[in-house]
Amino acid sequence: MTNESTRHGSKLWYLLLIFPYIGVLWVPFYNSLQPEFNGIPFFYWYQFLWVIISAVLTWIVYRATE
Amino acid sequence: MNWTALIVFILLFVFVTVLGFFAARWRHGNLDQLHEWGLAGRRFGTVVTWFLLGGDLYTAYTFIAVPALVFGAGAIGMFALPYTIVVYPFVLMVFPRLWSVAHKRGYITAADFVQGRYDSSGLALIIALTGILATMPYIALQLVGIQVVIGAMGFHGTGLIGDLPLIIAFAILAAYTYTSGLRAPAMIAVVKDTLIYITVIAAVIIIPRQLGGYAHIFSSIPPAKLLLAAPPAGSWGAYSAYGTLAFGSALTLFLYPHSVTGVLSASNRKVIRRNSALLPAYTFLLGLIALLGYMALASGVHDMPQYAPYFKQYGPNFAVPALMLNSFPAWFAGFAFGAIAIGALVPAAIMSIAAANLYTRNIYRPYLRPNCTEKQEATTAKLVSLVVKVGALAFVIFLPLKYAIQLQLLGGVWIIQTLPAIVIGLFSRWLHRWALILGWVAGMVTGTWMVASLHFKGTVYPLHLNGLTMPGYAALYGLIVNLGVAAVFTVVFNLLGVSRGKDHTSESDYHADVDTTSGKAAVAPDFEAPSL
Repeated sequence: MTNESTRHGSKLWYLLLIFPYIGVLWVPFYNSLQPEFNGIPFFYWYQFLWVIISAVLTWIVYRATE
Repeated sequence: MNWTALIVFILLFVFVTVLGFFAARWRHGNLDQLHEWGLAGRRFGTVVTWFLLGGDLYTAYTFIAVPALVFGAGAIGMFALPYTIVVYPFVLMVFPRLWSVAHKRGYITAADFVQGRYDSSGLALIIALTGILATMPYIALQLVGIQVVIGAMGFHGTGLIGDLPLIIAFAILAAYTYTSGLRAPAMIAVVKDTLIYITVIAAVIIIPRQLGGYAHIFSSIPPAKLLLAAPPAGSWGAYSAYGTLAFGSALTLFLYPHSVTGVLSASNRKVIRRNSALLPAYTFLLGLIALLGYMALASGVHDMPQYAPYFKQYGPNFAVPALMLNSFPAWFAGFAFGAIAIGALVPAAIMSIAAANLYTRNIYRPYLRPNCTEKQEATTAKLVSLVVKVGALAFVIFLPLKYAIQLQLLGGVWIIQTLPAIVIGLFSRWLHRWALILGWVAGMVTGTWMVASLHFKGTVYPLHLNGLTMPGYAALYGLIVNLGVAAVFTVVFNLLGVSRGKDHTSESDYHADVDTTSGKAAVAPDFEAPSL
């Protein structure tokens, strides 16, 4: 059990995964039309952006804890 | 009858049928063993698992119902995005552990794990029953996806003739699931997902061009639909509804038996970890599909007389098919409908396999035939997969559609009640097995009661607390009650000295991988102490 953390990388990396939860579950952050992006309201492009950010964070944690 | 579309549709259908039967020879194994039939021998690598889970979780019903909700109700329908964003960090944290312990101990279902972890066949039985109960209406809803697109191609019969295409589709599906097991939907999923990606990419490029661009589409949507309504005083309004629906659904998704089956069929632990970063590609796709609801609104298909009878019959569920018919040439509409119908077959097959695995492993073997052979076990599962499909078909043909939808809503409220035993059980054995059973009962009753108080029309329950109203997903509220009861009774049962049973798993099982166990030779030591 003691070499667990060295073998799998630090468990602290998993803390990164909290950001998607904060980013998309707290609705007041993004329930607005402005700022628009190419005519797409904020509510929509913000959530699409988080699909990518969340996937990247998940990938980072996966690699770091291998 | 739209013959061009129908011919393309039938060609695609014939192609996947051939694939489905051919799949029996793929990565050949002895299909008289349950783990070969029901988990395809746990041999799928990263790519096949990506297709399989993508094809399994993002169902045809999702592709019809999510844009339909956006079309009809606007922004609230977008909760599918945060839902399928936050599910993957959760998967990365939890489900590699389930894969490992299942691989090490030969578990085929989540209920197998619960049995081994808590030494309680009663707890395993209710986990299995909850899984089967939640899965059945979900299979029925897949049929709705097929029904809508068959209708869209101009198939109008009533009575038995009207249901005939559906019956044929399901008979074929049942036959190749019976012979090939999980290999069939895995192979077909590759085709299905490819068709869906092509359809959606074409749709989000071509249709906005016809409608004058995305800016124009959004500006033609009534402003009240574009955002969630600001909460009234003394209530969290649509904000807590949106957030809890997303979070609760995310906790629920991988507890469904068909998700567990997909996870356990992976060839190693890394496949699941890697896919938690790769599957969000489908989330992006789902977001685009949701926007099709707005495109349908902007295109005005709901006011076109040629589609009026369909909207009358199928409601908002016809929004996407109407958009396809209106925007694409007939052959490509047929291609898109084929993608949706095949998209229904994949999850329906996996769901019926998962339900069959549960019945066979956690009801038939422990209670009806304790000494059954491997072959009897596999044969039973094959037969049950047929029974499950016939049941779903009868459900759709003989009962009004709204029952299937209501039961599927309840299914989510029910399946989340297995979270304490499965997810918490993967990390800790602190909760007492009897407390878990009581927690499950409390959660089931609370969740079901909340949905019943809404007359089974929705799952967002307006919880009143100290003069504040918090509308939230009933599944999540049920889960909170479940966890509270389980925690309190754990303390009580420990004080009373009620036996905690024996843990048949060991701490290292939860990190095991193919390399470290060197195959099936590892024998479970019987003297292991419980980890907590």
